[in-house]
Amino acid sequence: MSSTDAPRLRRTPLDALHRSLGATMTDFAGWEMPLRYGSEREEHLAVRTRAGLFDLSHMGEITVTGPQAVALLNYALVGNIATVGPGRARYTMICRADGGILDDLIVYRTGEHEYLVVANASNAQAVLDALTERAAGFDAEVRDDRDAYALLAVQGPEALAVLKPLTDADLDGLKYYAALSGTVAGVPALIARTGYTGEDGFELFVAPGDAERLWQALTEAGAPAGLVPCGLSCRDTLRLEAGMPLYGNELSTALTPFDAGFGRVVKFDKEGDFVGREALLAAAERVAAEPSRVLVGLVAQGRRVPRAGYSVVADGKVIGEVTSGAPSPTLGKPIAMAYVDAAYAAPGTTGVAVDIRGSHEPYEVVALPFYKRQK
Amino acid sequence: MSNPEQLRYSKEHEWVSPVEDGVATVGITEFAANALGDVVYAQLPEVGSTVTAGEACGELESTKSVSDLYAPVSGEVTEINEDVVNDPSLVNSAPFEAGWLFKVRVTSEPDDLLSADEYAAHTAD
Repeated sequence: MSSTDAPRLRRTPLDALHRSLGATMTDFAGWEMPLRYGSEREEHLAVRTRAGLFDLSHMGEITVTGPQAVALLNYALVGNIATVGPGRARYTMICRADGGILDDLIVYRTGEHEYLVVANASNAQAVLDALTERAAGFDAEVRDDRDAYALLAVQGPEALAVLKPLTDADLDGLKYYAALSGTVAGVPALIARTGYTGEDGFELFVAPGDAERLWQALTEAGAPAGLVPCGLSCRDTLRLEAGMPLYGNELSTALTPFDAGFGRVVKFDKEGDFVGREALLAAAERVAAEPSRVLVGLVAQGRRVPRAGYSVVADGKVIGEVTSGAPSPTLGKPIAMAYVDAAYAAPGTTGVAVDIRGSHEPYEVVALPFYKRQK
Repeated sequence: MSNPEQLRYSKEHEWVSPVEDGVATVGITEFAANALGDVVYAQLPEVGSTVTAGEACGELESTKSVSDLYAPVSGEVTEINEDVVNDPSLVNSAPFEAGWLFKVRVTSEPDDLLSADEYAAHTAD
């Protein structure tokens, strides 16, 4: 074996298990993660119709505690964390002073003065650094808990039925975007009703040493319902169908939440100042006065698949850029999210094409999401 | 994964059948199909067109990527597998059989095509 200069990839506590299941592994944000175990299409459809089990241990957990934990979060993030009740969760973003998006986050209120911030793996260090820096002067502690948790997700219409026999926790009473502490298959867990698939489901934060036991118990309990292990490939197509943004694709430091169409997460009316406030006020005005590019959905009329970075064209000129694209297993045709000029953003707009390696393939503009589950 | 003994293989992961009446069948290997993941679109060369060994002659799209399809031999395309055009998942389910891609009237072939054993060694690296 020769040594290389390549940075060593991190492995989750379930790494050996994934390999024993024959997973195709991929490098993702510094981690070796399962891309798929068999057919990613089958995994995708399992989550839409039955249940899927994911290892998401690459996600970055940061705990914020102390009497001024909420004041710190309200200063550091763009949302109003003061309105998050105990046991509830909030989708929010963290921005730079210039309004650029550093990351999108879920913040769980896990105690009176305790919050669990979950960042994308690719941004976890940047978020940790920003929170730590912004904590100066606040009576609050920011703790790197990335190594304290493994994260497993059970997603799909059968997720509740799969999980229920394994826990005494009141899952029926657990609302979407809420979390409670409990025991699942004998394993202490923070049980959250959240996900990134557009389906009902749960995310289970557990000690790394318990991850394998929990995975096995979920696999066993889920087998009759048709639960299958699922990799990042189907996670991406599931979130794309659900119209959920992915940092690095739809979100970046070059965009404010208003440019990305997520201005609703910015709460100017909350108490106190927050990082990015001034720039975001200006961005809100700018976008309201003259929207630049707008994030839209595109559905193919043909079968060729658009990829991130491909140009969107109409009337003989480039009018936008694809940020995410994939064959949609649910729709049975290629779909994409793209930023396009406002003049072409209305759902139903035709005459729009994606430049797929030189060939202009016709697409229709549609409203997001592509898929919404029946409740 | 076993590669059929009677086929020969390119380093770009195409297989080519023994020539019968001047015509050989071409497909991609199981190794390549597994690496691609679910194939969702196959753009095959047109019947009547000429393909050149080692040059791109089509493309295969999967969920995550698009890959060029290389001609393992040179010649004129005599037939394409319409079943694969209609149902590209055949490339995954039966890459050496129902998932064949096109037939070509062979005018020349490179001298570096691999045997099944050599190809297995090539993909084991």
